[in-house]
Amino acid sequence: MTGRFEPNIVGILCNWCSYTGADLAGVARIKYPANIKIVRVMCTGRVDPAFVLKAFKEGADGVLVSGCHPGSCHYVDGNIKMMRREPLLSAMLEQLGIEGTRFKLVWVSASEGERFAKIVAEMTEEIRRLGPLTIKEGEQVG
Amino acid sequence: MAKLKLAVYWTAACGGCDVAILDMNERIMAVGDACDIVLWPLAADGKYHHVEGMPDHSIDVCLFHGAIRNSENLAMARLLREKSNILVSFGSCASLGGIPGLANFYSREEIFRRAYMESESTVNREGVFPQQSVAVPEGELTLPEFFDTVYTLAQVVPVDYFIPGCPPTTDQIWTAVQAVVSGNLPPRKTVIAGRKSLCDECPRVKEEKKIQSFKRPFEVMVDPAKCLIEQGIVCCGPATRGGCGARCTKANMPCRGCFGPPDQIADQGAKLVGALASIIDSQDPQELRKISHLLADPAGIFYRFSLADSLLKHKRKEVC
Repeated sequence: MTGRFEPNIVGILCNWCSYTGADLAGVARIKYPANIKIVRVMCTGRVDPAFVLKAFKEGADGVLVSGCHPGSCHYVDGNIKMMRREPLLSAMLEQLGIEGTRFKLVWVSASEGERFAKIVAEMTEEIRRLGPLTIKEGEQVG
Repeated sequence: MAKLKLAVYWTAACGGCDVAILDMNERIMAVGDACDIVLWPLAADGKYHHVEGMPDHSIDVCLFHGAIRNSENLAMARLLREKSNILVSFGSCASLGGIPGLANFYSREEIFRRAYMESESTVNREGVFPQQSVAVPEGELTLPEFFDTVYTLAQVVPVDYFIPGCPPTTDQIWTAVQAVVSGNLPPRKTVIAGRKSLCDECPRVKEEKKIQSFKRPFEVMVDPAKCLIEQGIVCCGPATRGGCGARCTKANMPCRGCFGPPDQIADQGAKLVGALASIIDSQDPQELRKISHLLADPAGIFYRFSLADSLLKHKRKEVC
């Protein structure tokens, strides 16, 4: 155990592109930080903004949502729906005190194992610099 | 039949809920016939020490409206919980935090600084802030502790029923009154309002949803028959509990979300981001950013009434 802060990143990956891309990174033995915990969803269109809030509430220091590149969604435009949510969700997170770098939406295709590894490595470093996300409760009044 | 003992109490609230009860018009007589009012600061008498002197569970019903903002609110919530058989979280402030809950975007220090130093009408050269206790020649004066966070009633004591609304409608109140008077009570924790979202009962015609920009009601001539969201107006209907009879949307005003989220929704704000952003008619990230920025205060709009009861409950204290 080193004293270095290891960020906890929740990755929400679409089944068709990004999860396969992450899988490719593994099969190709590309190294990337183990800080990311991956949840597979069928499509980023399924990613309710509440999932992101819940991840932060339950202790994530960062949330990475990754889907197919625009134009190659398995369900035609599910990823576009997530693309539309991202700016409003980011703005809302900022208002709640969660920095923009902690939430990222990226596109990774099934053949981009290397790209996935790079994104995870970069995000891990960024959040490491930012420090842990602590959500302090208010006074004990319950 | 012995009369029921009724208490109505307010904490961090505006008093509109009291008025809503009186707004039942002649039906209030039925309440008067069925109940003895033991405490109702706004409309009747009753002193705290009277309540303190009562045996536990001797108040049949307490309608408690207002959020928990300070230690006095908390003490009264605990006292009335102890003395009441049925504690009703009445109105949006008690049930969701309501408008007072928006203070959770700021810390106590920020609020004090704004209120006692920076506000335009304030001159406070000595930097005097309210203290919890101060010694004066006559003795010690005390004030309740102002909490750093606003809480809902159910976050501090167990609650039996919820009646959301800012304020609740007279029909909801009447439903509750009848249930109590007849003894035909719904299961505990029931929310006395609709089960589905507001859109379900809103009479406007809903078609394909695609919006080019977000607008405020004064910026458009509102089509009285068409879904407000389809006209670009930010309406909280999709993630707000119905049961109000769509009073606002029938009057060409968008839903502000005062009934809070329906049962199936954990976080009203997050759901509204999903509902409203997903229908922006653009696939260009830059344009999307531009349109999204038309909403200057998304968290304030989407959590207008439910911030204190949302997943995160308040802005992170570390960055306040």
